[in-house]
Amino acid sequence: MAEQEEARGLWVFVEQRRGKPNRVAWELMGRGRQLADALQTQLVAVVLGHQVRHIAQEAITYGADLVYLVDAEVLAEYRTEPYARALTELIERHHPEIVLIGATNLGRDLAGSVATTLKTGLTADCTVLDVDVSQRLLLATRPAFNGKQMATILCKTRRPQMATVRPRVFELPKPDPARQGDIVEEAPSFGEEEIKAKLVEFIPATGTRIRLEDADIIVSGGRGMGGPENFRILEELAEVLGGTVGASRAAVDAGWMPRERQVGQTGTTVRPKIYFAVGISGAIQHLAGMQTSDVIVAINRDPNAPIFKVADYGIVGDLFEVVPALTKAFRQIFGNRKPTAAELVGALKAQTGAQDRGAAAGE
Amino acid sequence: MHAVVLIKQVPDTTEVRIDPKTNTMIRAGVPSILNPYDANAVEEAVRWRERLGGKVTVITMGPPQAKEALRKCLSFGADRAILLTDRAFAGADTLATSYALATTIQKIMETEPVDLVFCGRQAIDGDTGQVGPGVARRLGFEQLTYVIKVDEIDPEKGEIQVRRVVEDGIEVVRTKLPALLTVEKEINEVRYATMPDLLRAARQEIEVWTKDTIGADPNQCGLKGSPTVVSKSFVPSPPDRHLQLFEGDVAAQAAALAEKLSHLDVFAGRLG
Repeated sequence: MAEQEEARGLWVFVEQRRGKPNRVAWELMGRGRQLADALQTQLVAVVLGHQVRHIAQEAITYGADLVYLVDAEVLAEYRTEPYARALTELIERHHPEIVLIGATNLGRDLAGSVATTLKTGLTADCTVLDVDVSQRLLLATRPAFNGKQMATILCKTRRPQMATVRPRVFELPKPDPARQGDIVEEAPSFGEEEIKAKLVEFIPATGTRIRLEDADIIVSGGRGMGGPENFRILEELAEVLGGTVGASRAAVDAGWMPRERQVGQTGTTVRPKIYFAVGISGAIQHLAGMQTSDVIVAINRDPNAPIFKVADYGIVGDLFEVVPALTKAFRQIFGNRKPTAAELVGALKAQTGAQDRGAAAGE
Repeated sequence: MHAVVLIKQVPDTTEVRIDPKTNTMIRAGVPSILNPYDANAVEEAVRWRERLGGKVTVITMGPPQAKEALRKCLSFGADRAILLTDRAFAGADTLATSYALATTIQKIMETEPVDLVFCGRQAIDGDTGQVGPGVARRLGFEQLTYVIKVDEIDPEKGEIQVRRVVEDGIEVVRTKLPALLTVEKEINEVRYATMPDLLRAARQEIEVWTKDTIGADPNQCGLKGSPTVVSKSFVPSPPDRHLQLFEGDVAAQAAALAEKLSHLDVFAGRLG
C-alpha cells in the first residue's frame, strides 16, 4: 500500500514542560535509536514548545539524526489542541512510519487525539518495543487485565504506527555531546486566537517526598501493613536510606496511601536501585510495575508469597519486627545518624545541577 | 445542561486468575462490574445536574449483559440509559470504539444538544485511556483529561474550569463548552444507591441501539474499523532472580541483609 511505502523515519515526541525535557523522551530515544538502525531509517526527534531550541540540541546528543522543532508562543504551555494540531501537521507533512510518545498524562492526552485525527492505530502504555524488519512493523507489547496478560499489537496497514510507552521501561542512554544532527524549524499554521483552552494557573506538586519515578530507593507497603498508621515504620526505614515510600494497589485502594504513591500497572512503573516490598504478596499487576528494579528485597510473613519469586533477598517473618530491626541495622552501619538537612540539600543540588548542565550542554 | 457519560462494563480484574498449567487467563466465573472510574464519572455528572438542572444520559457499548452496568448508573441518578450493541461492533480497538461512541452522541445531538461528556480516566481491563480523547477529537469537543476537580461550569458563558493532574503538579484549565472530561477517582465519593433508588432504576427503560440506529458506517466499526490487531498474547514471566535468605533470628537476619545492601553503589559515600 502506498501509505506504507511512503512512510519513513522513526519519530520520538520529546515531552517538555517549562523548558525541561521529560526523561522518558530520552529513554525512548535510546530504544528508538536501536529500532531505527534495525530498520535502516532516521531517528527523528519532535520538539514542540516555546524557547526550547536547547532541547532540540539536546535531542541530537541523545541520538537524533534530525529534529523537527516547532517553537511558537502558542505552544508555551501544554494544551491538547495546539500540541495535537502541531504534531498532526508535522506527521501529515513528513509521513513517519513510527511515532513514539511517553505514556505520561501529557503523552496519553496528546496521542489519543493525534491518532484519531490521523485515523491510525495507537497502542497505549507499552512496556516492550521491537520491530519486524522485513515487514517494517512495530511490535508493541503492553500489559492488560491489570498486568495479568501481555499482548503484542500490530498496526499493519495504516501509517504512522503509534505507541505510547511507559516511563522507566528503557534505560536512559548516555548523551554524546559530539554527535551531529540537523534541526529543521517549522511553524504552526494557527495562532492563539484559534485556541479555546487557557491555562489559568499551575500549582506545583507540594511536599518534600521524592517522586517515585525519581527515587533510587523505594520502600513499599501492601495489604500486610494493616492500616495507614503503620506506614510510619516504612517512612523511618526510607528516611535512613534516603529513599521514599511506595504502596501496592491494595494499600492505595484501602485508602492508606495516596494514589501518587502507587507502584504497579495502574500506578507508577519504577526502576530503583533497591526496591523493598513489605507485606506485599506480589500480584502480577504490582510486579509489572517494579520487576526491573536493580535489587528487590521481599519481607513477608508467607514464605509462599509470589513476591519471593522475583526477589533477590528475602526475610520471612512479621514485618512489624523485621522492618524496625532493619532500620536499626542500617542506622548502625551508617554511623547511627541521618543525613543532615544541609547534606540533603547539597545532594539535591548536585542532582539538579547535573541535569541543568546536561540541558545546557547542547547550547 | 445535558451531560453524557460513557461507561464500560469490565471484568473485575482483581478476580482474574492465571491457570498455572496452561499459563492462560481464566476469565470464566469472573464477575463483571461497572468500571470503577466510570462510577466517579456518573457521580460527577449527576452532582452537576443537581446543581444546574438538566439531564444525564449514560451510554455503553457492549454485549446485552452490559445493561446491568447501565442499571447501576441509573440507580446513581442518571436519567436515561442507552445500550449500544451490535455484532458489527465486536473486536473494536480504541479508534473503532471512539467512532461508535462519537456517532451515538452525534445521533443524540440531532434531537438535543450535549454540553458535556464525562468518562473515567481509563477502563481497568484495557487500561488504555485513549477512547475519551478519541471521542473528544471526533466531536470537536474540548478535551480535559485526568480531572480531579470541576471548579465551575458556567452555562451562561458556556465555560468550564477544571483542575487536572499532570506529572509535576496540578493545572487549572478554563475552556469553552462543549467539553469532554476524563475523571480521576479522587474527584468525588460515589454515593450508595438507596433502596428507592434501586427500585426506580429497576423500573427505568434501557434503550437498545444498534449500528443502524446511529447510522454507523460498517467499515469503521468493530474489527473492520480497527487498525490495530493483537498478534499474540501471553502471560508474563518474571525475570530470573535467585532468592537469598538469611540465617538466625529476626535481628540477625536484618543485620545480614543490611550488611549486604550497604555495599551497593547507591550507598557509596555513606559508609565509614
